[in-house]
Amino acid sequence: MQESTNKVFAGLSASEIDEIHAEISHYEDKSAVSIEALKIVQKHRGWVSDECLMAVAELLESSPAQLEGVATFYNLIYRQPVGRTVIHVCNSVTCWMLGAEQVREHLCRHLNVALGEMSQDGEYTVLPIVCLGACDHAPVAMVGDDLKLDLADNAVKQIFGE
Amino acid sequence: MDKMDKPLTQNIKADRPFATLADYLKTGGYEGLSIAIKNLQPKEVQQWVKDAGLRGRGGAGFSTGLKWSLVPMPEANDAGKPQTHYLVVNGDEMEPGTFKDRLLLEKDPHQLIEGIIIAAYAIQAQTAYIFLRGEYRLAAERLTHALEEARAQGYVGGHILDSDFSLQIHLHTSAGRYICGEESALLNALEGKRATPRPKPPFAVVSGLWGKPTVVNNVETLCNVPHILHYGVEWYRSLGRGADKGTKLFGASGRVRRPGLWELPMGTPIREIIEDHAGGMREGYKLRGFLPGGASTDFLLPEHLDVPMEYDAVAKAGSRMGTGTIIVLDDQTCPVQMVLNLEQFFAQESCGWCTPCRDGLPWTVTLLKDIIEGRGRPEDLDTLSRLTRMLGPGNTFCALAPGAMEPLQSALKYFRADFERYIIHDNTLLETG
Repeated sequence: MQESTNKVFAGLSASEIDEIHAEISHYEDKSAVSIEALKIVQKHRGWVSDECLMAVAELLESSPAQLEGVATFYNLIYRQPVGRTVIHVCNSVTCWMLGAEQVREHLCRHLNVALGEMSQDGEYTVLPIVCLGACDHAPVAMVGDDLKLDLADNAVKQIFGE
Repeated sequence: MDKMDKPLTQNIKADRPFATLADYLKTGGYEGLSIAIKNLQPKEVQQWVKDAGLRGRGGAGFSTGLKWSLVPMPEANDAGKPQTHYLVVNGDEMEPGTFKDRLLLEKDPHQLIEGIIIAAYAIQAQTAYIFLRGEYRLAAERLTHALEEARAQGYVGGHILDSDFSLQIHLHTSAGRYICGEESALLNALEGKRATPRPKPPFAVVSGLWGKPTVVNNVETLCNVPHILHYGVEWYRSLGRGADKGTKLFGASGRVRRPGLWELPMGTPIREIIEDHAGGMREGYKLRGFLPGGASTDFLLPEHLDVPMEYDAVAKAGSRMGTGTIIVLDDQTCPVQMVLNLEQFFAQESCGWCTPCRDGLPWTVTLLKDIIEGRGRPEDLDTLSRLTRMLGPGNTFCALAPGAMEPLQSALKYFRADFERYIIHDNTLLETG
């Protein structure tokens, strides 16, 4: 993980702290931004380490245990390192019906990883995700921030351009 | 102005990625807001929406105007006493098979924003939160931009349209959990907590976000509101084909020729959606059944195709209209395996707060896996039936587990032979599945 050079508060960078404070202004109390704060840290660092979790808890005047309860509740907060691009393959009903399992297998085989594992170059992690709300184009996956549609026959080509 | 029949999607056009503020204004955008704020008292706006017959499009179908009217409004003698109310938009579309709100969010964000402002005015909320599922990145980008435009034009902020009404709108992007779609769990998530549901009563309209009166409305519900104000109650009521009023986004996914979404009058028969709009089944496949409104609705059969898509008619047929997005089961997909996929989803997404749901859903999954993998015993079907009652309405803390039981109980009823075939060890389906 990239080391922040401008540590100003409990291991968080100045920009992370600024972004968290901007969110705090939208809510009644500090603890309400716990999810946003974890997502901000994750945006900067790729995942949320124990050290970062404790720093966020300190900043929000909340307990690390309470924040950990929040962090582990939500599917999109990563408490382990992931690849620079996370590929979320939908495994819900319509995608399942139209070949999501094969899509996932092709992607994992192409990257030589198991589900949840980081590729050797640190580029990718493949994770399952529930319905992405694009069932009229099933099977689908989210690659980083981009939704990829109609992956039944050519998932590897559509995602990696190979 | 034309009496248009597709108000929700009038600005969604194939030749542009989304409707900008200018596009939205061209078709009468923010006219409804102007009518509400300049001509009507908040209570009158509530009454209009109630009279229009708008019912919640998130699945439960509760009267929107009635919900708004349950918010305790300041009395004349309370003047000067500040009362905090919140409006929360439920944009946590995560019901498997459902893809309607995403279209509205991505393609016409101002329609939602106008609906939010009118709803907030009707309940006198000073702050609104849009609770958006974390995976809807494009929707978040377009909403953020549209909110900036709306603020710059004075539709959002202080003294909206030179009135005494002020409103701040904030976008909250979630981090992914199906239970966040449950109203009270959503409020916990907004408060930065684990999204476990809250006991009811008190209901959110009385004690919601930070203990203040809060209305939670679905995205599609709010998108109807500007048009009711702009074109009137009578016009809106004339749009429905049956008991329910207005239009709705209906969809179909699975092995149909043209999966998609269509804005149609409430009361459109299911047959028209599947056969005309979705083009019927793909070559070589036959219709075996369908979930009419997402993963948590009971299966219906081809014999139910003439049921109109409206709340009470679908309920009478033994299911729920839910989100109105149909998941089609074809004759070459094993219904038992389909139910396993659905129950795996619900077991994973259970928040774990109450025991029947936390333990009953994984038990359901284990039994279904045993059956599919050839370890099933005849009594397992009785156990599954018992589970549909034990996890049914009244036995769990919220509606997640009862919803999970709907496709299972109807599959046991309609596709019983498919379950039994596994138990007598006919594994032919396993090999093709």
